[in-house]
Amino acid sequence: MARLNVNPTRMELSKLKAKLVSARRGHKLLKDKRDELMRQFMLLIKENRQLRAEVEAAISEANRYMAVAGSVMQREVLETALMLPKQEVELEVGEKNVMSVLIPVFDPKYRTSDASDIYSYGTAFTSIDLDGAVKSLSEVFPKMIRLAEIEKACQLMADEIEKTRRRVNALEHIMIPDYEETIKFITMKLSENERSTTTSLMKVKDMVLKDKHHYEQ
Amino acid sequence: MYKAAVIGDSASVSGFAALGLSVFRETEPERIKKLLTRLAASEFAVIYITEPAAALVSDTINRYRSSRLPAIVLIPAIEGNTGEGMRALHDSVEKAVGSDILN
Repeated sequence: MARLNVNPTRMELSKLKAKLVSARRGHKLLKDKRDELMRQFMLLIKENRQLRAEVEAAISEANRYMAVAGSVMQREVLETALMLPKQEVELEVGEKNVMSVLIPVFDPKYRTSDASDIYSYGTAFTSIDLDGAVKSLSEVFPKMIRLAEIEKACQLMADEIEKTRRRVNALEHIMIPDYEETIKFITMKLSENERSTTTSLMKVKDMVLKDKHHYEQ
Repeated sequence: MYKAAVIGDSASVSGFAALGLSVFRETEPERIKKLLTRLAASEFAVIYITEPAAALVSDTINRYRSSRLPAIVLIPAIEGNTGEGMRALHDSVEKAVGSDILN
């Protein structure tokens, strides 16, 4: 802990006292912010974890279908079947404010609402496994969007929590103790000055009395 | 309006084309890096990337971690799940909490 490099004057003392008050208030607010962020983060992490497990399982299943489809069909035929999709997805990006962390919200908009439009090919020359792959992907897609949203939210909140935690610690362990120590130092110095003035006054008074009136104690 | 992209090897990402996502079949680290930078600068809000492809360009992906858009999400490739996506989640927890409390 280091005392701040300031002059021990009343001016500095009152300035420091004001700073200490706002540092204490800031510390309390930031601590509350950190706790609330952490609570929200924990909820998100729980959902994120579950969602990721579900999405990974579904994509793995789709990949299995795809692997089978790739083995029974020629590579070129498979690629051609998927070359011109009927469906198209666009995302509307909104914003949500969680404890002043702006997290994106994705709202998917599909070009066609017909569910069967995910099959961009005729069924005559393609394997049924391809249908299975496309179907399971389309089923998991809303979850994938939610996963993207929530994963981003987790990353942004982790950043914010780290920042807030650093601020709280800096206030708690550096700034507030420094202010307190400096205030103590200035108070001591001022009262020391006061005592020294009193003593020298007394001394002078004694000398004057002795000089003028031959007064002895 | 924003779009969603999928990056990875051809076998893993082809299926997503049917859903109307923009599919990029890339496996070269340099090209993926360029592609990511280009997509992030244009109207792509969500980029799904297969785990093996992501492993090649992890520094580029980390650069976008703290920016609001795009969201880069790891998905398993056709070879199977490497657990890299879950690890990213654990990293977030470790960053926020100070230690990994998920296990």
